[in-house]
Amino acid sequence: MLLIPCPYCGPRPELEFRNAGHAHIARATAADDQGWAETLFYRDNPKGVIAERWRHFSGCGRFFNALRDTVSDGFLASYRVGEPRPAAPPPIPEGEAPRIGAGEEPRP
Amino acid sequence: MADPSIARTAPRADPPGAGALVSLGLVPPATRFSFRGDAAAADGCGRALGLALPRVACRSAEAGDRAVLWLGPDEWLVLAPEAETVPLFAAVEAALAGVPHALVDVSHRQVGFAVLGRLAPALLNAGCPLDLDLSAFPIGACTRTVLAKCDVVLWRRGPDAFRLEVNRSFADYLAGTLRVAERGLG
Ligand SMILES: [Zn+2]
Repeated sequence: MLLIPCPYCGPRPELEFRNAGHAHIARATAADDQGWAETLFYRDNPKGVIAERWRHFSGCGRFFNALRDTVSDGFLASYRVGEPRPAAPPPIPEGEAPRIGAGEEPRP
Repeated sequence: MADPSIARTAPRADPPGAGALVSLGLVPPATRFSFRGDAAAADGCGRALGLALPRVACRSAEAGDRAVLWLGPDEWLVLAPEAETVPLFAAVEAALAGVPHALVDVSHRQVGFAVLGRLAPALLNAGCPLDLDLSAFPIGACTRTVLAKCDVVLWRRGPDAFRLEVNRSFADYLAGTLRVAERGLG
């Protein structure tokens, strides 16, 4: 089973998570048709690294962001909401297990 | 609701020794609070309870017959004897007057199971994908997770002892599922 790194709980089974779409979507400031269309529907759909929102639904319940490689399905990094998107690590060599982060102690 | 403990005593054709390897029983009715709040609220709640709320992810704290389980960075499950519901609720509310927080009595929302025995981790792993090795899920570890498609809270009390908290409406299904899984343990 795929392990997904929760920034609070550490690597956990994928069954506990729900995907919540693209991360870092900037909302349109003007309420015109084009702006709203881009906010609601226009997505990058990259082949490679994508930043996504995930929720540790059956765990700590928190939303967080993660970098995922859409080619290998490997998770490259996960980070808390409000933290900047980290630089994408180099792609995972074929046949290797994805890198997963360990859970951190909560910050004060 | 059918009593999940009934099927436990019903006659069945078990492999020899299966009952001794793992046992599944209901825990007595208990006080359960869902508590949410920031660090200041958690401090106040801890003072009212007489034990500090755990700040480390997926760990619990115990003092006497009270326990607090970390469920999220601002969310805890408080467990206490059944008779303490009203006074304990009042004590926490009094300690947190003016401090933003959410304290909800969920005593009757959930049912607690005790899963005991040498094969308890194997039984739980029949429906739960978590690594339950002692190095990965030590004594005192607790978390919400998935068990046979149900959201449950799993709390390790000993090497071979777990407590499960499951929503009441799922309890019958979960007990039946575990009982079927138990037959595969030999
Ligand atoms: Zn988590």
